Amino acid sequence: MQKNILEYLEASAERYPEKIYLANEKDGEEMTFSHTLSSAKAIGSHLLGEGLYKNGVVIFMDKSPKTVTAFWGVVYAGCYYACLDGQMPRARIDAILEFLHPSAVICDKRNEKTARELGIERVFIYDDIAEGAVNDEKLSAVRAGQCDIDPIYVVFTSGSTGVPKGVVACHRSVIDYTESLVKAIGFSEKTVFANQTPLYFDAPLKELMPAMKMGGTVYFPPKMYFSFPMKLIDFLNEKKINTVCWVVSAFTQISSLGALEKKVPEHLTTVAFGSEVFPKGEYAKWRRALPDAVFYNLYGPTEATGMSCYWRADRELSEDEPIPIGRPFDNTEILLLDGEGRESSEGEIYIRGTSVTMGYFNAPEKTNEAFVRNPLRPEFSEIIYKTGDIGKYNDRGELVFVSRADNQIKHMGHRIELGEIEAAAHKTEGVREVCCVYDRENKKIKLFYVGETEESDLLRALCDALPRYMLPSECNRITVMPRTDNGKLDRKSFLNNK
Amino acid sequence: MEKLISILSELHPEVNFEITEGLIDEGILDSLDIVKIVTAIDSEFDVLIPAEEIVPENFNSAKALMELVERLEEE
Repeated sequence: MQKNILEYLEASAERYPEKIYLANEKDGEEMTFSHTLSSAKAIGSHLLGEGLYKNGVVIFMDKSPKTVTAFWGVVYAGCYYACLDGQMPRARIDAILEFLHPSAVICDKRNEKTARELGIERVFIYDDIAEGAVNDEKLSAVRAGQCDIDPIYVVFTSGSTGVPKGVVACHRSVIDYTESLVKAIGFSEKTVFANQTPLYFDAPLKELMPAMKMGGTVYFPPKMYFSFPMKLIDFLNEKKINTVCWVVSAFTQISSLGALEKKVPEHLTTVAFGSEVFPKGEYAKWRRALPDAVFYNLYGPTEATGMSCYWRADRELSEDEPIPIGRPFDNTEILLLDGEGRESSEGEIYIRGTSVTMGYFNAPEKTNEAFVRNPLRPEFSEIIYKTGDIGKYNDRGELVFVSRADNQIKHMGHRIELGEIEAAAHKTEGVREVCCVYDRENKKIKLFYVGETEESDLLRALCDALPRYMLPSECNRITVMPRTDNGKLDRKSFLNNK
Repeated sequence: MEKLISILSELHPEVNFEITEGLIDEGILDSLDIVKIVTAIDSEFDVLIPAEEIVPENFNSAKALMELVERLEEE
């Protein structure tokens, strides 16, 4: 029985030693399976030599093949990684580090200066430790002592109180996810991915893990290409990319700017999208441009390792029919429960299975709120994840996403708690009351506040506190917060009278 | 030019677009900004920027963007 995700890497390095696993746009920066393996082992050996084992290690590097190799190096040492990004606002990084308490950070030369300012005890430069000696004896001892419930990573998502939540996932869950994803979509050693999502999310596992298992290749196109459709299409064609798993906004960026009428990504055969609703008009443009490609809608939360459901686009949808999220992956079950914990034809989506993660890092209360005992099986402890999404089944028995049950939104593919934006605004001097709403129609985050501070000053303060994708497109100063009759903040009124 | 600067300033009040170069190279404009700029130029100038002109060189400064709009207006 496979217990460790690195067994995938070891098997592929044996089968395809000289094949490229990870690649940047530029030639010479790619890494083969055998190189990834030897560097990851060297990093693992170095960390063990420094006395690190079962510790948290931060990866603070630009997106590149080396960054991923650093992940696996940390896992070789029996530690868990948390990937941060130099472009994250400092306030967010500090908030994460405050309760993660990592023992070490691995950085690249470009981010070394910032990495040294983070207050983490030990700082390692990737290039100094990735080509060093491998201590096979120590690595084997670590492996022998491990269980498949040992954690691999902590991924941070938006939290409503202003403190990001760190989701912890173990080997067992990631192996389960990898196996079912490969089974559902059918990746192979011929699969060539172009990654879009940042490495500090769980989303890139969709590419990194199947490629590691099957011997496929993952390219990292420069982020800037996702702004300029023709550049991106040229890249996809030049690298013969046949598979993409992107957030919806990456697809609509290309189609809405008219690029597909000029040029088509001609090697694409598998198109997976997710994380938000695909506008039907843009979806139709993609289907027309790539009539032979297979399209998948993926759905799932970070708390269940990545994706939990998939729908293969095997038919045309009527105008008013939403794109279904389909059915759960193998070894995963979806429960729809009402407020009383009873099964319902329309209800909150709960996820059951090995892919359910270990909860939130250092946050037992928040964990207990979302990772709950299955009310249908009260006789024993079976933990299921409460997504906060409302779902139902259509006439064909396919699962369909209906709405969110709370104040969480999806914006540009990012999961955002509006409460986190409000919390950041509250920290600004001269802000007394805040309300943040999402205008779904225009895809705009709008912030309303009562206080003395100027609108532009508040926006500037938020720039320093929040990642770019969380910034409101408007800050509106108002004199009084609207309240409902029973005194609650009337969020809806902001959306009705614009 | 004023009209264009006001479109850009609405997206990024913190940037002085009269003098700033490297809007793309420095990562000031992101993918969402590009869509908004293309849409705004379409409605404010009645100029539709074709996909092949949506390239970094044309968006790196307000000046470059203005030149693109003027060139497309002439065509």
